[in-house]
Amino acid sequence: METKSHNRAQQIERYAGLVARLAPKSDMAKGVVRAFLVGGLICTLGQGITDFFAYKMEFGTQAASTATSICLIFLSALLTGLGVYDRIGKFAGAGSIVPITGFANSVVAPAMEFRREGLVMGVGAKLFTLAGPVLVYGIGSSVIVGLIAFFMEVM
Amino acid sequence: MSKRMGAQTVSLPSRPGVLAFASIVGQKESEGPYGGKFDRIIEDEMNGQKSFEAAERAMLEDAVRLCVSKAGRQLSDVQLLLAGDLLNQIISAGFAARSLAIPFYGLYGACSTISESLSIGGMLADGGFADVLVCATCSHFCTAERQYRTPLELGTQRTPTAQWTVTGSGAVMLAGGAAAKSCAAVLTHATCGKVLDLGITDANNMGAAMAPAACDTIAAHFADTGRGFDDFDLVVTGDLGHLGRDLLIELLREKGVKVPEEKLFDCGCEIFSPRQDTHSGGSGCGCAASMICAHILPELEAGHLNRVLFLATGALLSPTTTMQGESIPGVAHAVALEHRKAGA
Amino acid sequence: MILMYVKAFIVGGILCAIGQVLLLKTALTSSRILVGYVTVGVILGALGLYEPLADFAGAGATVPLTGFGYALSQGAMEAVKSQGILGAFTGGVTSAAGGIAAAVFFGYLAALIFKPRMKS
Repeated sequence: METKSHNRAQQIERYAGLVARLAPKSDMAKGVVRAFLVGGLICTLGQGITDFFAYKMEFGTQAASTATSICLIFLSALLTGLGVYDRIGKFAGAGSIVPITGFANSVVAPAMEFRREGLVMGVGAKLFTLAGPVLVYGIGSSVIVGLIAFFMEVM
Repeated sequence: MSKRMGAQTVSLPSRPGVLAFASIVGQKESEGPYGGKFDRIIEDEMNGQKSFEAAERAMLEDAVRLCVSKAGRQLSDVQLLLAGDLLNQIISAGFAARSLAIPFYGLYGACSTISESLSIGGMLADGGFADVLVCATCSHFCTAERQYRTPLELGTQRTPTAQWTVTGSGAVMLAGGAAAKSCAAVLTHATCGKVLDLGITDANNMGAAMAPAACDTIAAHFADTGRGFDDFDLVVTGDLGHLGRDLLIELLREKGVKVPEEKLFDCGCEIFSPRQDTHSGGSGCGCAASMICAHILPELEAGHLNRVLFLATGALLSPTTTMQGESIPGVAHAVALEHRKAGA
Repeated sequence: MILMYVKAFIVGGILCAIGQVLLLKTALTSSRILVGYVTVGVILGALGLYEPLADFAGAGATVPLTGFGYALSQGAMEAVKSQGILGAFTGGVTSAAGGIAAAVFFGYLAALIFKPRMKS
């Protein structure tokens, strides 16, 4: 029994080596450059929107930042709906995942996909399949941070 | 007299025949190298239906109807339908069988379903349990994506080892007894594959998960029948893709089997051209099924191919097992097919 | 003014490039990348390390999802100052409310208007 499981572990290891040897590799340099360019452009666009709200509309810093998020999320939802955002994603990888537009895409895509399963358990529930974890971990850790800040103040 | 040969193979001495076959594929498949050979192309991914799932089962239904009409028969002449697909609870096959009203056995072998159904169909025909039966399967890019991967509009990159699920369906009508006498392509053996798992956990690398099973089934068929690559014009695999095919060659060589690479035809490698950007090639039940109906079976009937070993390969995973970190079991079932000269 | 755009481009680009390296080098899926970025943003924000970056690069630091995490932790810590322990629970979501509500609203709307299509 002992040798059998040992043999299997060896077999698995050897096969993993063979797969790694024969598998095609991702082009790291190309992927990183594309992610940098597209991600940088989205952030530059964000800066433009922020400046518009901060200087033209005379919003405060916090409000201008929130307004920027809302605008970018709207644009992302529109491009996702029109079937453009997945093509940007195919090109840019993390360049269009990491910005807030990527978060919006991860809300809109499953919502559209599950429209045919109904408005409540389809759209309503599936809207959060990908974005839910982001909110769980983001909000959850912010509560922990708040609690730590509270106890540090008390002590 | 026992029909068993060796550990995993059965012989089919009465030689069940292939009466007719039909294939239907999507747009992308029609733009591939074999695009002109499929019987029918669906207009768009909705196929005139209100959901992708309905589009998929309509394709399966139409492939069966087309196959039956190509044989010059009625649906009521078909005694059995052996079908399956990739979707949960094999809904495409079950729902298609509801409309077709043919007695139905549902099968699941993931992408190996077409050779699984041909194996079982061949045995049923040889055993005298059915004279006319249809083996069929289908897959659809959009239904497979949403079940196994991500929503269509999500902006992600596919990995280099990923394969493209074929939108397509294939149906093969088999005949036993007297009806088989007129067939130019016949089944001679079936080898049932073992489920093998060499620890691949990446759900975007199906070719690597299935290659060990393909190797094992080919080796078993050769050992059981005393045959080798020399005895076949082609060994046709289902959807190993480019990486899986390379791995299969390597694994067979490790076993001491000499592999003439030009005799190894993988439907997943062939169905799309490199410029179609499918990475490691095609996959899905419909890949092998539509390719044998469009290319291999016609070549066998015409006598351009004399003997073929066909094994479709399946990855027996589900989204649940992937999330639980389980590795991916693979399976491959083989059938040996031959051309029979008229009057022989 | 122009300099601010250059800084936003470079810092935002670098944050995305790091994400691409993670995508290719590890088996992380895109949702795990998003979760990782937001959590790292919360932590860096809490340690006071993200604020200088946000001051330096503007949208280059606030548009990537680390900025979302930064807003969550800033909100929680500021609310604790004004409301005590209650603020730990209300502050984070309050500061990120605009983004969350916009994603839900536009996501729902898009699902009503558009249909998913075959990938190319």
